[in-house]
Amino acid sequence: MRTDLKIIEQWIKPGSHVLDLGCGDGTLLDYLQREKQATGFGLEINQDHITTCMGRGVSVIEQNLDTQGLGNFEDHTFDTVLMTQALQAVRRPDMVLDEMLRVGREGVVTFPNFAYWRLRWYLMRRGRMPESETLPYKWYNTPNIHLCTFKDFEALCYRKGFRILTRTVVDGEHQDRWLSRLWPNMLGQIAIYRITREDS
Amino acid sequence: MPDPLPTDSVGIVTPQTLHFDTPITLACSRTLESYDLVIETYGELNADASNAVLICHALSGHHHAAGYHSSEDRKPGWWDSCIGPGKPIDTNRFFVVSLNNLGGCHGSTGPGSTNPQTGQPYGPDFPVITVRDWVHSQALLADRLGIECWAAVVGGSLGGMQALQWSLDYPDRLRHAVVIASTPRLSAQNIAFNEVARQAITSDREFHAGRYYQYNTLPRRGLMLARMVGHITYLSDASMGEKFGRELRDQAYKFGYDAEFQVESYLRYQGERFSESFDANTYLLMTKALDYFDPAYEHDNDLAKALRGACCEFLVLSFSTDWRFTPARSEELVNAMISARCKVSYAEIDAPWGHDAFLIPTPRYTAIFQAYMDRIAREAGV
Repeated sequence: MRTDLKIIEQWIKPGSHVLDLGCGDGTLLDYLQREKQATGFGLEINQDHITTCMGRGVSVIEQNLDTQGLGNFEDHTFDTVLMTQALQAVRRPDMVLDEMLRVGREGVVTFPNFAYWRLRWYLMRRGRMPESETLPYKWYNTPNIHLCTFKDFEALCYRKGFRILTRTVVDGEHQDRWLSRLWPNMLGQIAIYRITREDS
Repeated sequence: MPDPLPTDSVGIVTPQTLHFDTPITLACSRTLESYDLVIETYGELNADASNAVLICHALSGHHHAAGYHSSEDRKPGWWDSCIGPGKPIDTNRFFVVSLNNLGGCHGSTGPGSTNPQTGQPYGPDFPVITVRDWVHSQALLADRLGIECWAAVVGGSLGGMQALQWSLDYPDRLRHAVVIASTPRLSAQNIAFNEVARQAITSDREFHAGRYYQYNTLPRRGLMLARMVGHITYLSDASMGEKFGRELRDQAYKFGYDAEFQVESYLRYQGERFSESFDANTYLLMTKALDYFDPAYEHDNDLAKALRGACCEFLVLSFSTDWRFTPARSEELVNAMISARCKVSYAEIDAPWGHDAFLIPTPRYTAIFQAYMDRIAREAGV
């Protein structure tokens, strides 16, 4: 299993009701169902992923976050709402975060850090939109339309009154390294945040 | 029947008639003292009876879902595309049961059967049957066949309603419900189309208040019109456009009222054929069963509340161009299931054929159906 999923898995209490936004082929939900007796759903739009989920016994709903939102889920339905590597690809990340913490008690979000030093260096040296292993697209065909930095994300959480329960910063291989802990916004490639509403 | 027979066909099948002597009380409070159900089965029931799949048919369907009755048959059963060795409902792994529902006209007791009290066909005296009644009779059929729990109950359209009703009425007697191109209840527009169909039948002079059997006639025109209206709702604008466009049977306009456009002659042909082979009273009964179906009704119109007792897993599928039971209706059902914390998977399949798409294999439909049924088979240990 991907290292980031292993990190997330530790935060899911046994028997949790979980919603996974952009659940992919259902690897994480499948694992949580088997190992943590978790229940819940994945939302996905990739047709092959949906078929794979159905074949492995992961409940998956074909639903597009951008056009359909989460309006069909009632308030406080889930213990945890997950979104791995999708925040930067949605049309309104701020609204999605709001919705995540409306339907769920806790949110877990992972996204690439646009302030990672290599990307900064790429932009400074070449004056062109950075490309990397984590972000292997051109500016015109990238699905990542809302890239941000750790600082940006944290500022948004502050503005919205979200409490950051945990932040784990990892490198491209999702390894937790001491260097990226030292100066996360410069040296961290991917962040995994666990958030909740301030008042809850 | 094609020669040689395709390897994924169940081949020649023989229906069987099962007689039930214990009276069954229906939703309308009336009782049928005894009745017959005609069924077909494909595949073998395994030792622990864990691999049984029930197929529920739609409005004009019947027990003959797959294979051929004889080598002279031109067409296989109505869902042959999905049932057979290696197909989504794989008869190498599953024991498949398909029946003609009560009130039908293909051998199960219905309006055309002899009323034991009068010695005449029931006709309009045959009780109105509901989806719930069908499911009740299917449960008695399961008892007879030694099936305590279905691996899956599967159906499209009105058949999907039966699968849904199963999950509510006998929650511990099925592990999966596959609800395809269906709806949790008919809309006013759906009921309106059904009413046009019923009016067409009952206003036919040959209908004789439903006792046409005694007059040795059939309300052909009425049933033909009913079928024509129904048929339009099963197709999509795009698929009709693709199939017929504005094509004429002859080169030029004739400035008359005969069937000049291909679509007219197609509808007439289909309607005429149907009116010879289907019973008008059964058609009335089936449309009424559709209209009445509304599991939320008894739960303050709260579908989620109705679903709270369901414990099977659901697969819900809709088709993009289905305007009879639109994807939005399936989503309504899925959302109620989510709210009731049911395990449910849902996909909207892109297909141009309107409501009929559930009968037509497309790569994505087949892939999903196959993947889901494969998982059910694995769970059943086959």
